[in-house]
Parts: sequence; C-alpha cells; structure tokens
Amino acid sequence: MNAQEELNTTEVVRGSLKRRYAREKRFRLFGLAAITASLTFLAVLLITITARGLPAFKQTFIQLEVTLDSKTLGVGENPDTNELRRANYNGAIKKSLTTLFPDVKKRKDKKALYKLVSKGGQYDLQKRVMADPSLVGETLKVWLPVGDDTNSYIQGNIDSSLPEKKRRFKDNQILWVDQLTEDKQIQRRFNSTFFERGDSREPEMAGIKGSLFGSMLTLMVTLLLSFPVAVATAIYLEEFAPKNRWTDLIEVNINNLAAVPSIVFGLLGLAIFINFFNLPRSAPIVGGLVLSLMTLPTIIISARAALKSVPPSIRDAALGVGASKLQVVFHHVLPLAMPGILTGTIIGMAQALGETAPLLMIGMVAFIVDVPTSLTDPATVLPVQIYQWADLPEKGFVEKTSAAIMVLLAFLIVMNAAAVYLRRKFERKW
Amino acid sequence: MLLLIIFVLTSVAYVVGRSRAATLRKNGEQLHSLPRYYGYMTAICTAVPALLLLALWSASEPTFLKHSTVKTLPAEVQSLPQGQLDLVLNDIKNIATGGITQTADDPVREASANHYNDRKNTSQLLKSFFVLVASVLGALYGLRKIGVQTRARIFVERAMMTVLIACSCIAIFTTVGIVLSVLFESLRFFNKVPFTEFAFGLHWSPQTSIRADQVGSSGSFGAVPIFAGTLLISAIAMLVAVPFGLMSAIYLAEYASSNVRAWAKPLLEILAGIPTVVYGFFAALTVAPLVRDIFEGVGFEDVASESALAAGLVMGIMIIPFVSSLSDDVITAVPQAMRDGSLGLGATKSETIKRVVIPAALPGIVGAILLAVSRAIGETMIVVMAAGLAANLTINPLEAVTTVTVQIVTLLTGDQAFDSPKTLVAFALGLMLFVTTLILNVIALVVVRKYREQYE
Amino acid sequence: MNEEVNPLPSLEQDQTSEQTIEEIVASLGDTVGQPRVDDPKMSVSNVDVFYGKKQAIFGVDLDIANNEVVSMIGPSGCGKSTLLRCLNRMNDTIPICRVSGELTLDGEDIYSKDTDPVLLRARVGMVFQKPNPFPKSIYENVAYGPRLHGLNRNKADLDDIVVNSLKKAGIYNEVKNRLDESGTSLSGGQQQRLCIARTIACSPEVILMDEPCSALDPIATAKIEELIDELRENYAIAIVTHSMQQAARVSQRTAYFHLGKLVEVGDTDTIFTNPRHELTENYITGRFG
Ligand SMILES: Nc1ncnc2c1ncn2[C@@H]1O[C@H](COP(=O)(O)OP(=O)(O)OP(=O)(O)O)[C@@H](O)[C@H]1O
Ligand SMILES: [Mg+2]
Repeated sequence: MNAQEELNTTEVVRGSLKRRYAREKRFRLFGLAAITASLTFLAVLLITITARGLPAFKQTFIQLEVTLDSKTLGVGENPDTNELRRANYNGAIKKSLTTLFPDVKKRKDKKALYKLVSKGGQYDLQKRVMADPSLVGETLKVWLPVGDDTNSYIQGNIDSSLPEKKRRFKDNQILWVDQLTEDKQIQRRFNSTFFERGDSREPEMAGIKGSLFGSMLTLMVTLLLSFPVAVATAIYLEEFAPKNRWTDLIEVNINNLAAVPSIVFGLLGLAIFINFFNLPRSAPIVGGLVLSLMTLPTIIISARAALKSVPPSIRDAALGVGASKLQVVFHHVLPLAMPGILTGTIIGMAQALGETAPLLMIGMVAFIVDVPTSLTDPATVLPVQIYQWADLPEKGFVEKTSAAIMVLLAFLIVMNAAAVYLRRKFERKW
Repeated sequence: MLLLIIFVLTSVAYVVGRSRAATLRKNGEQLHSLPRYYGYMTAICTAVPALLLLALWSASEPTFLKHSTVKTLPAEVQSLPQGQLDLVLNDIKNIATGGITQTADDPVREASANHYNDRKNTSQLLKSFFVLVASVLGALYGLRKIGVQTRARIFVERAMMTVLIACSCIAIFTTVGIVLSVLFESLRFFNKVPFTEFAFGLHWSPQTSIRADQVGSSGSFGAVPIFAGTLLISAIAMLVAVPFGLMSAIYLAEYASSNVRAWAKPLLEILAGIPTVVYGFFAALTVAPLVRDIFEGVGFEDVASESALAAGLVMGIMIIPFVSSLSDDVITAVPQAMRDGSLGLGATKSETIKRVVIPAALPGIVGAILLAVSRAIGETMIVVMAAGLAANLTINPLEAVTTVTVQIVTLLTGDQAFDSPKTLVAFALGLMLFVTTLILNVIALVVVRKYREQYE
Repeated sequence: MNEEVNPLPSLEQDQTSEQTIEEIVASLGDTVGQPRVDDPKMSVSNVDVFYGKKQAIFGVDLDIANNEVVSMIGPSGCGKSTLLRCLNRMNDTIPICRVSGELTLDGEDIYSKDTDPVLLRARVGMVFQKPNPFPKSIYENVAYGPRLHGLNRNKADLDDIVVNSLKKAGIYNEVKNRLDESGTSLSGGQQQRLCIARTIACSPEVILMDEPCSALDPIATAKIEELIDELRENYAIAIVTHSMQQAARVSQRTAYFHLGKLVEVGDTDTIFTNPRHELTENYITGRFG
C-alpha cells in the first residue's frame, strides 16, 4: 500500500510540475514588470521635464542700435533719477526697430514688429541709463531679450509650414527674424535673467530669484525651529520618558502627525497663525512655522532611531564614571547619534522644500515681483512658483516651469545625496 | 535689538555667576557643583523671565492696538462687518507706516493712524523697559542664590528637563491646534448650514454665495459629489499603487539579487522624493492630454481634459514607492523559518510567497495600504493641478471630478471674507479630511504595531 | 585503526593555531567505519559543500537505508545541518552555497539537471529545529502539502490525508476537536508534531530532521522520539541531534562529524560503546562539544 502511494506522489507531482513552473515564471515576471514600470515612469518624468526645461536656460537676444536722445526719452537736459526712471525707453526701442526696417508702415505691421522685442527690454535699458546718465544722447548697440513668440520661433517650436492664421508668429515677423539672424543680430545666450529676477507677467522676463530667496528664508525658519525641538523631543522620549499613558499618547500623536495630510497643516496655519495671532499673510515666517510643525515628526522619528542605535554600553560606561544622566546624553550619546539625526533633518528639510499645499493656504501664492529680504516680507517659494507658472498659458511659461522644476530637483538631489553620504560615512556597526 | 540686549545681559550674567562661584571655591567653600553650572543658573534666571515677558507682550500687542484703534473710529465704521473693518485697519496701518494706500487722504483715518502710532510707540517703550527690568531682576536673583547650599547643577538640569518635556508636548499642541482650528470654524459653518445638508446634499456650488446681493440665498453645500470624487480618484490611485507597489516589494524582497536591490530601492525612493507639485505639472501637461487622446482614439466621446483617470494614475504612481517600501519592511519581517517550512514541503517560490509569506504578512500589508489610502485622500497638488473643479457626481473615470483638497484650496486662496459660508465650508471639509485620515492612520498604526510585535 | 592520527587539541585552540581548516581536515584521515549499506535509499558520495569560499563539508560518504534512522552528531558548526539540507536541496535557497560530489535518491542523482527540487522536496521531507507551523489553522497546515501537489482528488480525500497524517504523528487525539484553530496556538511539542504531520501528509519517502527536539521539554521530546521510532517502519529517516542519549535511543546507525568531515560512522551500539576514533571517543564521553 505504501509503495503504491509513493509512486502515486511522484507521478502526481511530476505531472503538475510544468504548470507550476509556468506560474512561477509568470509571477516573477510580474514582479520584474512592476519595478520596471515604476522606474520607466521615473525616467519618462525626468526626461520630459528636462527636455522641456533645458531651452529655458538659454535666452534669445536681439542686437539693436538704440538712440537715447532726450526727445524720444521725454526727459529734460539734465534729467534727475526720477525723470530717468520714468523715461520712455520703450519709445527708443520702437524707434530703433523702425529704423532697422524702414519699409514697415502699416500700423498693424508696426505692432507686430515691436513684438519682436520683449517688454522687459526697456527695463534693461533703464537699468543701464540710470547707472550711467551720461548715456542720454548717445547711440548704443545693445542686446535686448526677444519676445515670447520670437523666442519660440527661434527655438523651432513654431511650424512655419502651417497656414499663417493658425500660428501666433506671422509671415512678416518670420521674414524680419530670418533677416536679423542672417545679419548675426540675433543670438542665444545663457539665460541669466532666470536666476536674477523675480516673477513677471512676461515669460522671458520671469525669474526664480524671488522664489528661491523665499524658499531659503522659509527653510531657515523651519530648520531653526524644528531641529532643536525635534532633537529635544527625541531625547526626552528615548532617554528619559517613563513608559506611561502620557508618553504613549505623545508617541501615537507623533506617528499620526507624520501621516496627516499636509494641507491640514495649512488650515492650522491659516486659522491660528494668521487669523488668531495676526501674523502677516504670505510671509516666510508663517510658512516656516507651518512647515516646521509638518517636518517635526519626520525629524523626531529619525532622531529617535539614531539615539536608539547608540549602544547602552556607552551610557553605562559614562554613568559608571559618575556623570549625571543628562550629562551622559549630551556629552556622549548625542554626539554619537548626530550623524543619524542630521541625515533625518536633511531629509525632513528636503520634504519641506518640495511642499506646496500648506503654503497655498497661508497666502504664499500671490504674484510677487520683489525679492523678499526679511521674514515678514510677502514672498513665495519655489514649488509654489512652479504651481503658479504651470497655470499660465504662454509657451514660455511651460519652459520656465520645467526649468524651475529642474532647479528644485537639483536642490533636492543635492540634499538627498548629502544625507546618503552622511549615512554611509558614519554608518557604524557597534 | 531688545533680543540683543537680553543676550548680552545673559552672557554677562553667565560670566559673573561663574567667576563668583569660582571665587567662593577658591576661598575653600565646598560648592555642590562646578562653577560653570552657577554661571548657567544665573544666565537662565536672567533670560527666561525676560523672554517670557517679551513673548507675552508681543503676542498681545496687536490685539490691544487694534481695539484701541477701533475705538477712535467713527461709530458707523465700527459697526462694519469684520471683513471690511479689517480692510480699514490695514489701511490705517499702512498710513501709519508711511506706505501707499488706495484710499485718498482721509482725515479720520489719518487721525486714527496717528493714534495708532502713538500707542505703538508707548507700547514699545514700556515693553523694552519692563523686559529689561525683568532681566536685571532675574540676574540679581540668580547671583544672590549662588552659595554653598544651592545645588546649581540640579537646578540647571531641572530647567533642561523642563525644556525637553515642553518640546515633546509640542506634538500634542499641534494636534490640539489642528482640531481646534478646524472644529471651531466648522461649527460656525454648521450654524449657518445644517450638517445634514452638508453630509447628504447632492448639489455643490459654493460660489453663488459670494455675491453680496444674494446675502440671503447662500450657495448649496451638498458635499456628496466631492466625497465621491475624492473616493473615485483615490480608488484609481490605489488600483495603480497596490498591485505595482506590492509586486515591486515582493520582487525586491524575495527575488532580486542584492545588487539589483541596492540599485532599485534608492531609485524607487527618488520617485517618493519628487515633490507632488512636479507630479501635478506632469499630470496636467503630459498625462491628461495623453489619456484623452488615447481614449478618444479608441472611440470614447467627451473625455474631459481634466479626467479623474489622469489624476488618479499619476497619484497612484506617486504612491507606488510608499506602498512598496512599507510592504518590503513587512515582508522581510516574516521569519525565514516560514519560507523554509513551505519550501521544504516542495512548494515553489511563488507558491511559498502567495500561500505563506503574504498571508503571514497580511496585517502589515493592510496597514501599509491603509496608510497609502490616507495619503491618496489627503494628496493635494496633483488633484489641484490635474483634476477639475466641477463637482460631478459620477463614477466614470473619464469625466472631471473634484476632491476635498481641491475645494479647500480653491475656497481659501484668493480674496476672502472670513465669515462667509464659502470660506467656512473649507474648514468643514478640512475637518472631514482630518477625521478620515486620522481614523485610517490610527487603525494602520495599531495594525502594524501588533504585527511587528508578533514577530518580535 | 588509524594509529597515526594526532590527538587533536580542543576546538578553542584550533582557532588560534596557525593551521588552516583544510590542513586540520587533511590530518583527520579517512572515515573510520563502513558508510555504505546494502540497499541505500539515499546515498552521498564524496560530497563537498562551500559557502562562498569557505568549505563546510569535506568529501563525505554516507548511505541512508529504508526503515532505519541515521543520526548525525558532532560539535556545533561541524556541518550537520549543511549536509542534511543538501539531501533535499534546501541549500538551493542560499545563493552562496555550492555543492559538489554525488547525492542519489533511489540511484538517481538529485543534483542532476533532470531532477526537480520541488519534486525532490515532496519526496524528501524536512522537519526543522524550531517548530515553524504556518499562521493558518491546524487543518490547513497539514493540508498545505497535498493541496500544493494536488495529491487529493476531492475534499474527502484531503480530510482523510489530514486525519491520517495527524494520527501517524500521534497528535490527532489532542487536536481533533480544534482543527480550525491556528497552528501557532499549540504548545511547542504539539507544534513540532504538527510539523511532522505536515511533512508526512506529502507522503514522502525520506524524512530529514534537524534537531527536532532542541526547543522542547523532556516530555515532549520523549513523545517525538517514540514517534520517530514508529515512523521508521515506513520511511528512511536522518536526524541531527546534539543529545547523545537521543541518538542512542532512536537511531540504528550513527555518524560523527568534525569540522565538516565525517570522522566515524557505524552501528549506534558500536559507536557508543566502542568508538574507534579518538575524536569520537572524546565527544561521546563529553570531553568537548
Ligand atoms: N548560510 C550560511 N552562510 C555561510 N556560512 C554558513 C551558512 N550556514 C552555515 N554556514 C557555515 O557552515 C558551517 C557548518 O554549519 P552548520 O549549520 O551546518 O553546522 P551545524 O553542525 O548544524 O551546527 P549546529 O549544531 O550549531 O546546528 C559553519 O562553519 C557555518 O559557519
Ligand atoms: Mg544545525
């Protein structure tokens, strides 16, 4: 009976093997496919954004011969600063364009011609003249940024084979630009505007300096507030706290806060910091406060892990030579745990840097041109700037958005790399 | 400025305290602690009361100034609704600081501004005075305490402990703050609009209520379409995230060589580290048009350009690494003995995984999925940028739907009069969001914790 | 007799001495005793096992016959588990593990390309050191193997297999009223017998046991030993144990390992009463190990 059964087992199993191995293979493939799909998506995301954003790091300039006579500028003989600020630089630019293309007579055509140069061009001129008032009356050769559509055309984003009505860039404009290109009066250069200016309604004049500064101020507040508080909390919970209901409650609280949607923190900021404490809206200080509440749990959790990984033998050794518990923690345990805590802090800061939603709630979403210089100035931050630009229809802003994303990601990569480096360098096996 | 003075005073207090203690010690007294600690003690006595006073004063100053300024205004201005009154006050503040104002010069406001400036200056003066006095008194008290009987180290350590405990309570205060801020405003909302209408109403159009000429007829606040939209998008996201995340975790934990693991895990984590605003941009600009083109190509009509599908897909991808890293932890926590037992009976690897490892890890995986759901519900930027505003009650993923977070953002950004139902309802939505995610999180945390304890 | 074998220093000194393991092993000489039997169920010939660069088993020969229990003894780390796990290719799950030499089951090479580890493991069952019931019901634990391999035609069949296996493992009377309860709710000894029942349910031909009683108290141990003796009627059994008494009680033949080398093998009675190799004698008289 037994021998028969044995035979039976072998045969039954052998019969089903093929099917079972096919299933095994399929399952494994599913796993591989899942990972590959996720990583492919990552690649697609990064590539699309880079492809879109790269052109924004270059800007097209047009060379014009601008005559800055006081009549065109509408200023007196010896203009003071105020007069110079209000002078009609736009007129000078227009005049130089019409001298360049004297055949353009019709009003509509002239308008099209003026569009070649960015509206921001006049600010460049203004800046130069105000720095050197003796330029009034002179004729200068200047490089001015071109308008959004011209820029698109030069980048090859406008299909000139389409019928004229269907494109924003008209035939005569193409003619002018082609001629200028031939005369080497059009050039692509590194786009320093993007890093040197604040927001603007004109894509070619919009920059991220304002939002970068806003991000820095906000992060500074976040770091200054959350780091000490988180470390103190972690030390208390890990080293001193008695195991009771209250500390249990704190723990559950921290773990839960780590999973509360960020927008809820925004509501908290709006209701408490702005409406109750009357702190200014749109200010980095409020943003920093909100973000520090948000990053606290992240830092606390990693700081606790770092403290926990310091072996008890070190505490015992220090206690053994008569140090008080607090001294042990601050002189021996904390320094050893510091790399781990810093790693967690950097990761928390990276999270805060990319956070958008709560900042929308506290009004950091306004259109702000100026670069913030203090904690109470109205400001915006990089991710919010991205959000704002993403909504704008101009082609130039799509590029700018992608470029701003690239800058943001670059910061995040640097921060995370630093965290990984720290972790590797100080990884210790006790 | 004031802070600087306090800082200097504190430093001086430290030095004096220390040297005093050192002198005592040199004179042969048996001090309890090192002189350093007497320095710290004096410094604490100097700084803490002064800083507390400063904080209290600064916190109450604006409120006090506001009240006193409002009193100087004519009665009809005083009786304006809160929102407009705030505008007037802002104006006055602007005049006072010499900024630009919209309103032409108005003698009443000028006067108020002068009053405001007056009061402010007095307050500043008084503040500086009292704070400095507090600081100096503290320093003197600290110095007098230096002596043989005082155990300075204990004092300093007590103070440190107090700081530590206070810091760890901030987590609790934050939660309390969240609850209070959303609850309070929500209650005000439910005073104006009955809860039943909010929870069961099928029609959502809060915008109608902002027009001033319609004061009586508030908009309709039936939130069901919003909840449904949130669920729809979250469901789509979970349909993407759970299979992909789980299978990735299984592959990484059970099949991948350590080399592949060392590469794939950090790469997946990059996916988790990308800010959601970037996903939102990508969803709106690339995925949504793609989804529309594909489905219209297949023959569907009326595919919304802001379809729930696009937002859900991208959100799902964002959550994949979240699910996979949590499940990975959970799966690797299943003891090897379980696998050996199954393999030893002649199971293939996939059979072992499907029949033993996953069932054993199930509580942990469920916990991970609950956390992921809570994440999907609370996710904001992707839906704000890629999902619509239209509150359609539908389960068709090709239509546009709206979510709780989208509505909160749209209702609270831009101009707002703070007591209109339109803004208050955002807090009611926030309350719902908070409560839902709280429940999900707590269940998940408890489940995962139990699971961990099971395998030590 | 191996006259030229040096008296070996204790293990501790091994580690500090200049000699490499290979040199020590070479100095151990050939296996003492007869590793072969007439009609082997499984047979191990000249097997080496490596973990990465490190060699854990050195040229072992050993047979396992039907209806007998072979016990493997030796100091910790001498490779007993390693060899046992080679017998049903559980070592395949360890990526760095490499096996060379010949291992056969009914004369077929189990490491050949044609042999399937899944089938092999169904025929050569294994019971582990720590009881490892699945977190499922008792019934499901036992039904796991048959279900996997499709050994039953219908539910009644499966019930039969489960009941029979539990009966053979001598635990049926204790659990017959609670088949739906979780396997992990049983006591340690019951869990181990459940694991044996689980193995039997696949109707294997050989059962391998790696220290099956090390986590159990004496009473549970006695029960398992009794069970092993009964199982001998139908299966070939190999058991690793640290308890000399246990080896003496349950096994017919005994193999003594040292540092990955099979030092001596023979009838259990002979080995325990009259060991021929000095190391074996030292070990069973308790001078080390
Ligand atoms: N997975 C592994 N990777 C690397 N080396 C291993 C592994 N498993 C066992 N070894 C090594 O192989 C040798 C034999 O180990 P094995 O587990 O077979 O010993 P054992 O005789 O069963 O010991 P014990 O009586 O303690 O169970 C040991 O030196 C051990 O370090
Ligand atoms: Mg072993």
